[in-house]
Amino acid sequence: MPKIALGTETALLLIIVLAAIFFSLGSPYFLTIPNFVDLVEAYAVTTILAAGVFVVLVSGGIDISFAATASVAQYVAAVAASRYGADPFLTIAIACVVGFVLGAANAFLTYYLRVVSIIITIATSSIYYALLIHFTGGSEIYDLPAWWKTRIVLARWDFAPGEFARLTLPIVVMVVVVIITHLIMTSTRIGRQVYALGGNPESAKRLGVRVLGVQLFVYGYLGVLAGLAGFIQAHRVGQAIPTAKAGTELNVLAVAILGGASLVGGLGSMPGVILGVLLLAILQNGLNLLGVSSYFFQVVIGLVILVSITLTALAERRRNRPRLRSVA
Amino acid sequence: MSGEEQTDRAPASAGLDGLIKTIRGAGLNNTGLLVLWPLILVAFAIAMPGSFLQLGTVQSMMFQLPELGLLSLAMVIPLISGGLNLAIIATSNQAALLMVWILSTQIPAGADPTTMGLWIAIALLAGLLLCIIIGLVTGLLVAVAGVHPILVTLGTMTLIGGISIYTTRGTTLSGLPEPILFISNGTIGYLPLSFILFVLVAFAIHILLTRMPLGIRIHMAGSNLNATRYSGVSTNAVLIWVYVLSSILCWMAAVVMMARFNSAGADFAESYLLITVLAAILGGVDPYGGRGRISGLFLALLILQTIASGFNLLRLSPQLTLACWGLILLLVIALKRFWEWRTERRTQG
Amino acid sequence: MSETAAPLLELHHISKHFGGTTALDDVSWEVAEGEVHCLIGENGCGKSTLIKIVSGVYDPEPGGSIAFSGNAHSALSPHSAKALGIEVIFQDLSLFPNLSVAENIAAGYASGFAFAPVDRKAMRQRALAAMERAGAQLPLDAPVGTLSISQRQLVAICRGLASSARLLFMDEPTASLTRHEVETLFASVRRLKTQGVSIVFVSHRLEEILEIADRVTVIRDGRKVATLPAREADTDRLSELMTGEAITDELLPPPPASEGPPVIEISGLGRPGEFENVSFAVRKGEVLGITGLLGAGRTELALTLFGMRRPRTGSIRIAGEAVTLRSNADALMHGIAYVSEDRLALGLNLTQSIADNVAITMLSRLRNAWGQVPARARQSLAEIWVERLGVKTQSVRNPVLTLSGGNQQRVSIAKWLATSPRLLILDSPTVGVDVRNKKAIYSIIRALSAEGVAVILISDEVPEVYLNAHRVLHMRGGRVAGEYVPATSSRHAIAEAVYA
Repeated sequence: MPKIALGTETALLLIIVLAAIFFSLGSPYFLTIPNFVDLVEAYAVTTILAAGVFVVLVSGGIDISFAATASVAQYVAAVAASRYGADPFLTIAIACVVGFVLGAANAFLTYYLRVVSIIITIATSSIYYALLIHFTGGSEIYDLPAWWKTRIVLARWDFAPGEFARLTLPIVVMVVVVIITHLIMTSTRIGRQVYALGGNPESAKRLGVRVLGVQLFVYGYLGVLAGLAGFIQAHRVGQAIPTAKAGTELNVLAVAILGGASLVGGLGSMPGVILGVLLLAILQNGLNLLGVSSYFFQVVIGLVILVSITLTALAERRRNRPRLRSVA
Repeated sequence: MSGEEQTDRAPASAGLDGLIKTIRGAGLNNTGLLVLWPLILVAFAIAMPGSFLQLGTVQSMMFQLPELGLLSLAMVIPLISGGLNLAIIATSNQAALLMVWILSTQIPAGADPTTMGLWIAIALLAGLLLCIIIGLVTGLLVAVAGVHPILVTLGTMTLIGGISIYTTRGTTLSGLPEPILFISNGTIGYLPLSFILFVLVAFAIHILLTRMPLGIRIHMAGSNLNATRYSGVSTNAVLIWVYVLSSILCWMAAVVMMARFNSAGADFAESYLLITVLAAILGGVDPYGGRGRISGLFLALLILQTIASGFNLLRLSPQLTLACWGLILLLVIALKRFWEWRTERRTQG
Repeated sequence: MSETAAPLLELHHISKHFGGTTALDDVSWEVAEGEVHCLIGENGCGKSTLIKIVSGVYDPEPGGSIAFSGNAHSALSPHSAKALGIEVIFQDLSLFPNLSVAENIAAGYASGFAFAPVDRKAMRQRALAAMERAGAQLPLDAPVGTLSISQRQLVAICRGLASSARLLFMDEPTASLTRHEVETLFASVRRLKTQGVSIVFVSHRLEEILEIADRVTVIRDGRKVATLPAREADTDRLSELMTGEAITDELLPPPPASEGPPVIEISGLGRPGEFENVSFAVRKGEVLGITGLLGAGRTELALTLFGMRRPRTGSIRIAGEAVTLRSNADALMHGIAYVSEDRLALGLNLTQSIADNVAITMLSRLRNAWGQVPARARQSLAEIWVERLGVKTQSVRNPVLTLSGGNQQRVSIAKWLATSPRLLILDSPTVGVDVRNKKAIYSIIRALSAEGVAVILISDEVPEVYLNAHRVLHMRGGRVAGEYVPATSSRHAIAEAVYA
């Protein structure tokens, strides 16, 4: 992989280790397995979405309609399960198919209208959301079937009385999604085509990469993951809320970019994105444990984003300077 | 006015054509909008015979337009410079919070008009100063760090919003003196004061962008920052100006908004953020930078507001309005694309 | 020599029209096996259309035919052209800066089942094999974005080889290469030739063409004018065939006599690591040529004179007065103008109007009493210069990208002439410009010299500075290695010093 992404990953890892040391000095509970597992579960949905957004960013696009997609998919699946008694597999399939269709719509529009995807997805995002709220009246679905609401614990470890870690469904799904995304992006033809398209769209076309096909994969994949995230989200909170993921678009985007994905495409890796999520998760959790007001958290995220992009930019500049000279 | 964009071009190679296409892709021009707006008006007039085209409807539209209008102006200037300002809503809210805080807590009860006037002036100046500082910092980060403005303003948006939430603990502030409220509900003749303010500001920005050296430099920087720098233009100064201007417009929006709601909060009007981008693109601003007209934006805002008012009168939900806005944007882009495709086929024969 | 070899590619009676314009008119052409065949002609003469027909992008009109190693085809598709072994290396190289060298060379994942795994081992082996054939040494795992231009050029060649190319088209491969890099490239080309690969080379640099080509084909206005063996050609002959006019080599007339201090005088100027201890003076009407290989510190020196870099040592005097240039706006105020070598990225705002591109340097001076610069004022300024430099356009309101390359270059010069500079620095002004437009640029230089403008002309091409400068500085490794006066020394003396 490009050295640039590697640099970002190492830097992130370093910051995470420093933050972890700092917080563990402040709170003994911080560096415990139960805390860590809780943290992972709390961020499972964000990570699933970030994985999809990362794929879109690598292809050179930006999608901000995924939150709307997740909400729509979640709601449709919830209706199918609670009103029409769809079984678990059918419900998940419905969520994923709805996600794929909405994502594919983005792909078609971006491809045929030849407008930057951020514009297209601003439009589709407002359409998806607006129609969802209009038809549901913004009301939640509480009566999800029991199989959906019940917490599924696949393994449990007890450490001390009252201190335990549980391997739950969201964590498993997240891990599977992360591994699959990583494998697709590093080792399959379509994954490498996504990198190629993001690196140089014109050349990718000349080499015979079918742009529409790649875009269908990219936006469709994000759509499927959004559907899955919607399903998991409803599983965690026990209800389907039309506005559940509203306003998280830019946060997830920030996480992916923090992890080294570039807005101009072609760069970034799944491990980097995970480190980005981890950094934010650790900061939030650590500040919480230190008793810092949760109102302060957004200030910290803002600072982290600004500091990290400034440092990356400065590092890039330093890296570029000797290169100019070595050409000479 | 819109003629010069569609001028005939010399037959060019396929690569060049591709480039032109990408560049023109989202640069919609005004002619389409000039046709679209009357069509929408007629459609609503037919749907609501007698009740739509009334003075009251028109006036209420003029009352509602300035907020979104000023915020869209704050978005358009960075867009033309090749950037984006995601922090406009956060900036507006923070300025409004500061001003409302001063106005609601610092004015002694039963103050005489002079004291009150003084405090109002102090509050407005404080808000303006805050916005200028935000603009300076954003501009410096964009110019000096050389990072894409989407990233910088994503950061400033989060930070500014975070500070607002932290200081207010998520609550809203309210209680404004009467004279301030006049800004949003006062009229001069039939025209709402805020609408007049908006039109004047929009016109000033139009002059700035089309006739002032800074405006021309903003366009040039938006189309190719390095070439502009090599032309003897201090692009850093241009970028800093862009974000300071954008933030000053946010301050104006903040004044209008707080007067309208008689309050301020950290999370007001968040849904406007993407709508300002939508309005700008609908108005023909090129998302890649370097191209965009205030006249186009104005038309786009009129169209959006007409739809909103019409749907409102038809008792359709605000969500449908939003959906319709999104569809209109896609429709206009699609028509533009179709038109381009046809001319392409004709020239390639 | 390979003139006797069997033809690999034969075109018969190929024509192509676009709308009303004729791109190719009844062209018959052949490329022999294992031959280096150069294709030359002015911009817009039909070379690129020819390449696109052979690579399957365009279909020829009925009546024409294409034969590849004896098999006739009425037309080729991009796919079938590739399958036959026809590869085109475009000028922009079509590489992926974010991917590794190995992936760029040997990744064949455009077809087949999308979710099939990529076989990295096989990919690396294919890449190594291709590098072996081209005699290239490249870091397999480095992202292409970190390589130099010439290394990228080699990556592109290797990619062509990896897909077993038999006919390789190279579109202006040397345009941005230094002399040393050109030699590396030529070594690879010769190596391929011995392996029976045919190479079609498109270039504007006639001397290089004569060096590498077996045969040269000249195209003018869509027709094939001639195909001749390279050893029977010389640059004058080729220029003549390309333009249809005889080219005369005339030295620049001496500058008008001038009194007073030089326009610019620098002494001991240096930026460690870029250039050191450079001293010279340029008088009114004098043209100073600076030549040397790319990376000799020429552009860095020019940017320092233009105020975009600060000198660490030495001094700059303008019209006798010591000045400190803090920015290029400062330089502009002192009457210094700089036409960048990279006109697409640094010289022009392609999507903006011609008027604004010309007026951008003059905005402060064009202001009216209201501080405004109305569109009309910008347009009139541009109209003056469009006319003076003969830019072909219908309106100055058209975006610059609607112009041809030569006309774009004129606009990039016009924007600086508009400032009435005392000193004009032209950095490689003729790169990628065809013969006719080169001549136009030379006549602009002559006119400026006659008007008393001091000119610094930076160029890779020795003949260019030899014929268009009063004095020539040779820079090497950031230092002035020699000074020549064309009136008293031969061009070969300079060329030998530079290329040694």
